[in-house]
Amino acid sequence: MTSIERDRLTGSLDTIPIAAILEAPSPRTVMRRRAATHIGFLFGGTVVLGAILIAIFAPLLTPYDPYAQDLTQRLIPPVWAVKGSWAHLLGTDSLGRDYLTRLMYGARISLIIGFGAATIAGIIGTSLGLIGGYFGGRVDAVVMYFVNVKLSLPGILVALSLISVFGGAVWVVVTVLGFLFWDRFVVVTRSVTQQVRTADYVAAAEAVGASHWRIIVGEILPNVMNHIIVIASLEMAVAILVEAALSFLGLGIRPPTPSWGLMISEGRNFMFFQPYLVAIPGIAIFVLVIAINMLGDGIRDITAPEGRN
Amino acid sequence: MTRFLIHRALIAVLVAITVSVIGFSLLRLSGDLATELAGDTAKPEQIAQVAHLYGLDRPLYAQYFDWAGKALHGDLGRSLFSNEPVSLLIGQRIGVTVQVSFMALIFGLVISIPLGVLAATRPNSWVDRMALSFAVFGQAVPGFWLGLILIIVFGVMLRWLPISGSDHFSNFILPMVTLGMSVMPAFMRLTRTGMLDALDSDYIRMARAKGLSTSSILFKHALRNAILPVVSLTAVSLGFLLGGSVIVESVFALNGIGFLAYQSILRTDFPVVQSIVVFVSVAYIALTLISDLVNAYLDPRIRLG
Repeated sequence: MTSIERDRLTGSLDTIPIAAILEAPSPRTVMRRRAATHIGFLFGGTVVLGAILIAIFAPLLTPYDPYAQDLTQRLIPPVWAVKGSWAHLLGTDSLGRDYLTRLMYGARISLIIGFGAATIAGIIGTSLGLIGGYFGGRVDAVVMYFVNVKLSLPGILVALSLISVFGGAVWVVVTVLGFLFWDRFVVVTRSVTQQVRTADYVAAAEAVGASHWRIIVGEILPNVMNHIIVIASLEMAVAILVEAALSFLGLGIRPPTPSWGLMISEGRNFMFFQPYLVAIPGIAIFVLVIAINMLGDGIRDITAPEGRN
Repeated sequence: MTRFLIHRALIAVLVAITVSVIGFSLLRLSGDLATELAGDTAKPEQIAQVAHLYGLDRPLYAQYFDWAGKALHGDLGRSLFSNEPVSLLIGQRIGVTVQVSFMALIFGLVISIPLGVLAATRPNSWVDRMALSFAVFGQAVPGFWLGLILIIVFGVMLRWLPISGSDHFSNFILPMVTLGMSVMPAFMRLTRTGMLDALDSDYIRMARAKGLSTSSILFKHALRNAILPVVSLTAVSLGFLLGGSVIVESVFALNGIGFLAYQSILRTDFPVVQSIVVFVSVAYIALTLISDLVNAYLDPRIRLG
């Protein structure tokens, strides 16, 4: 063992030559290197980016209107089936609407719901977690009490009831889901805050008279950010799944809006004869959710401090 | 230990009270329940009459105390739809929900624990990768969609299993798989990380050095420690399954409390909805309390600390 290796193990910097420190790749370079070789990150990122582009440019990508019904073109199977047609690559639904077009427009709903709900949940959860972790004591007890209440409520039932009261507009669904999935943000933000709370730089900030607000936003929040992004990706995936389930039950996004869950629900009456009506939107949800999860896991691996996995 | 118990129980009671307030106000938030009950064509006098009949014209807190007082004595009110007592409706259906939840839980555990142990003994092997992929699949597949696909494949194409109803054991197999898949990933990951940590510990190295057999090391020493978090997750998951079975119950037309809640939401039958929400929440609170106590009993660091 060289003296440098030993000193690295014992954490002493004294005998490490300056050159070795200077030659070490910067954190940014390390992250870029990790990102370029992380298959999950690359795959997830590509699929999510693709879904976002499809959602934005849907009107340019398809000649059909997602709402246009054509009863002479009902229930045409996808192109690979015997009776399939190149005019409708994924066939048409029971009202003669082009299925691929509805799938592309449906990506908009899923992504808006996912981003929106994760953002609302992230703001609520991170604020509570920072406050609880930073102030501790009674404040923390109140925060944990909120989390306990939230965890005890049956989420799906509460969401169904609220949406039945307030209607199935997209912003209602986004808000309801945002208020359902903040607990994990609290738990993680709080524990990281508790660790960082005792760090020297926080003590230093306190010593120069920085306000609580400044310390929380300026010193602690940057340390929590990585974790927040990872959880946001997880919750985004969950929100997309739950929106699909709610719409499937008829208490989410309302027809004729093309939501993937709603498409499955509409296809359900025909599923014994036209199983593709159920299979295709389900696969779309599955692929998007897997991609978001892989992207989140990838970000976690890439941004993890050196030597930790 | 006693202080811990009292503290924990006190929080549980507080949470239960809060949850009951939320459950109670859930459908009343809309403010025009009376209008909804009286129907679209009702005149203002009729709406006022309906509001008076159901006590909806009284202040919210008075309505709550009235309801909570009766609920504590087991009187949950009557369904607005069928006029049957809510406790009877829940009583008739809870069996189905408990059965499907337990079966899903056992299914999830039976798959995930051996898989998690196997994956941990050979980290980064193909077994490990397969187990993790399986977990990723379970996490990303929409439950209601998996249910429909299982119906298409096993009910319609292969005709092995019935596709709806809740009279026979075979009715529960597809719901069990569907619901079990939703809890499996968490169990599998937890078992795997727990086992990885345990296998890396000094006492396992000691056991190896003593020359104990592999199975004894794995199951008697490592798994025993790795399983503790899984035990507490089991209780939490059961509570989650009770509330989460609404989707599976409506896909498979199982007549449990989830399906009852769903139907009642559609017909604004608020006495039933609020009772089920509170019932499921209290069950969850009780289960987590029990799991905490069991954990405290099993873990001397909590028991004696």
